[in-house]
Order: sequence, then C-alpha cells, then structure tokens
Amino acid sequence: MSLPPLVEPAPDLSVDEVRRYSRHLIIPDVAMDGQKRLKNAKVLCVGAGGLGSPTLMYLAAAGVGTLGIVEFDTVDESNLQRQIIHGQSDIGRPKAESARDSIKEINPYVNVVIHDEALSNDNVFRIFEQYDLIVDGTDNFATRYLVNDAAVLLGKPYVWGSIYRFDGQASVFWAENGPCYRCLYPEPPPPGMVPSCAEGGVLGVLCASIGSIQTTEAIKLLTGIGEPLVGRLMVYDALEMTYRTIKVRKDPNCALCGENPTITGLIDYDDFCGTVSDEASAATLGSTITANELKDWIEAGKSIELVDVREPAEWEIVRIPGARLVPKGEILSGAALSSLPQDRQVVLYCKSGVRSAEALAAVKAAGFRDAVHVQGGVVSWVRQVDPSLPIY
Amino acid sequence: MTLTLNGEPVDLPDGATVADLVATCAPSVRGVAAAVDGAVVPRGTWDRVALCEGQRVELLTAVQGG
Repeated sequence: MSLPPLVEPAPDLSVDEVRRYSRHLIIPDVAMDGQKRLKNAKVLCVGAGGLGSPTLMYLAAAGVGTLGIVEFDTVDESNLQRQIIHGQSDIGRPKAESARDSIKEINPYVNVVIHDEALSNDNVFRIFEQYDLIVDGTDNFATRYLVNDAAVLLGKPYVWGSIYRFDGQASVFWAENGPCYRCLYPEPPPPGMVPSCAEGGVLGVLCASIGSIQTTEAIKLLTGIGEPLVGRLMVYDALEMTYRTIKVRKDPNCALCGENPTITGLIDYDDFCGTVSDEASAATLGSTITANELKDWIEAGKSIELVDVREPAEWEIVRIPGARLVPKGEILSGAALSSLPQDRQVVLYCKSGVRSAEALAAVKAAGFRDAVHVQGGVVSWVRQVDPSLPIY
Repeated sequence: MTLTLNGEPVDLPDGATVADLVATCAPSVRGVAAAVDGAVVPRGTWDRVALCEGQRVELLTAVQGG
C-alpha cells in the first residue's frame, strides 16, 4: 500500500543544496520534488540513544530540514559502544546538545530543535504537534506506550523500532492507515520478564540495522515513495542474519484505535507498565537494605547468605565479595530454593534492584521470611562502597 | 497435530486455538504477539482461531530497548 507524501515540497533548493544532495536528485523516484519535501519536513526523534543516533545522523545527511530531539539524559561512557552520534569528549554532556553538534557537523543546513526534557503526559502533545513524523527510539515500555497513544490521539504516523541483544523489530504505526502498537502488543510483558538493554545487553551495531530501517521508512513516508511498513512488522535476527516481515492488521478490538476504544486520553504509563510487579513491590517493603548497610553487616560479621541473582556474564564483570551466583530464573522456577540456607538471613542483589525484588518475592513466598534485597544492587555497591570496581 | 512454533515442531491436541498454544508455550500472555502463517492474529480473537496441522506459528515478545 503506497501512501501520499506526508510533506509538501519546499519552494526551492539552493545551489549549495543541489550540489550536496546530487546523489538523491539523480534518483528518479526522489529527484527535486522528493528532496524539496525532505527540506520542508519536520521529524522528531524521541531519544538520542542507540536507535536515535544512526537515525538522526542519516536523516540529517539526507537533508531533513528540521530535526527535533527529545532527550534529557547525559552521555555516559557505557553509551559509546553503540550511540555513535556521541563521542569520547561528550561524556557528561547533555545528549541532546552532543547530538546537535554532530548533526551540524554532518549537515549545517539542518535546523535542530532541542527538547531537553523527559517525554511526559504534560508535554507530549505540545511537542508532537510541531512535527510531521515521529521516530521512536526510547528505551522503556512506559515511554513507548506514551508515544503510541499520543501519536494515535493526534493522528500522527510514527516509525517504531526496538532492540535486544541480537534481535530487532521495526514497523510504522499509523492508526489512520493501519494498526497501532497496541494492535500488535496490547500491553507490555510483565515487569521483570523482558530485561532492558541495560540489564540484558545489546549488540552495538544492531542499532544501525534497526535505525537504518527506521530512517528508510521515515524518508519513504515524507516523500511518498515505495511501500511503507504500515501493517507490517519487520523482524531482524542478527545471529541467523534474517529479515522477515509479518503482516499486522488493525485490531477492531484495539483499546485505543479499535471500533469501541476504552482508552480515549493519556493514561498513567508507569502504572500501566509497572516498573516493579505488585508482588515484588510488596515484598520489598521493610525488606530492603542499602549497600552501606550491607557493608556494615559484612564488617560486623553478621551471619548472612549473600546471593547474586544476575546472569553469569554479569557476575564475570563485577560482584560483591562473599556472594554466590544463583540466577533469578532458578529462584523463580523454584529449582534453587533448596540450596538457600535456613539458618542464615538471605540477602539478594542484582544490578539495579529490579530483578532482586522479583526474586525476593519468590524467596519470601517460599518461607524465607527475613530475606532482604539490596536497593540499587551492585551499582549502588560500587558507587557507595567500592568505587574501584567497574560499573556496566 | 504437529505445527511449527518459532521454527521447531510442536505437538498440540486437535482443535487447539491460538489461545491454547500461547497458554502452553509462552511464559506470559502479556507482551506476546502470535503470528500464524506470517500474519499476526489480534489478541481478541485468539480463543476463536483454531490451528491446523502444519501451520507455522511464531510467538513474538515485545522488547523495550532503543
């Protein structure tokens, strides 16, 4: 299904612009008309991270006239393995400013608009209204559903992509012409079931594979060429090196874009996605210690069983001295419960405190009533107790 | 009957629906999309869509990374 171009053409291209974009201009399907549309286009990237990096850079190089960036975070050393719009000298800088500088170096004709704030129910309509097209490069479910719902409610198309380890998915969601994100995934997985990239890792170059699909789709939508990924999901497997497309129809029962919608405005997305499950949240009440408290317990010789519930690869990077490794899955399945001691207090930790909260709920339910978990996990241990250790 | 689930053969009772398959084979219903022969089956129809011998089913899980 081809669709008309999203954007009207700009009146003209300058002589310098004609030189710069000559390789586009000699493609008959793009030509002057398509390039003028790109010049007139306003595209918003939500997030200047893994997916936002290649997308912003290629959209800038392609000559998109206005690029908006929603990003509140600063550049961290651990970003540089994949977020190629930022460099070594940008560590500690706001990502939005670092991204703007890279864009200006690639193409000085691009007008960059920085939205130095976290996308929220309070600002999403005001920001989205200024753009023709939105590109979703966020890193959490709550923001992904916010982007989807706001785009549907405003009638805007958006290019969606998500990544994990070696796998990526991409599509174009545009409720007026096809399904929305909720038609595909009505709700996110239960908290803790699907790790984030910070918890589970991501192959850096995967960002380029999926980001380039998103950029390609953006250019096609803006200029009205080709067959956009509306109503199709692209599934990429880097290890098998396969790209597959799966048809996605609009769900007549979709809570948002269906025939009888039950969601007619923005909702509480943290509550909807639940960063920690209710059980885990209840288990941690009164059963949470800080990294400094753990240090005091260890130094006082308190009789504890310190259990690291992360994965072996994470254990190899850094661990708290005296711990032993029991991955969360073995606790949740019940397989490892018999290995936990009855005569010592069980202390659980993970990377940041989410997985250990899930494990704590299971351990307490199994009868280890005095078990606790460490708030902020090994990251807090490194920050508060032993900064000589690495953080990943 | 035997179907292909994410590239591997899987045996299901005759008459099993997409909802039955998800309940049996997925860690959770939430955050899962089911595609039969290359097309996603909307969540609201899972219990009405019966599977047939030899169909290719894919269960996809939403990921959040970006």
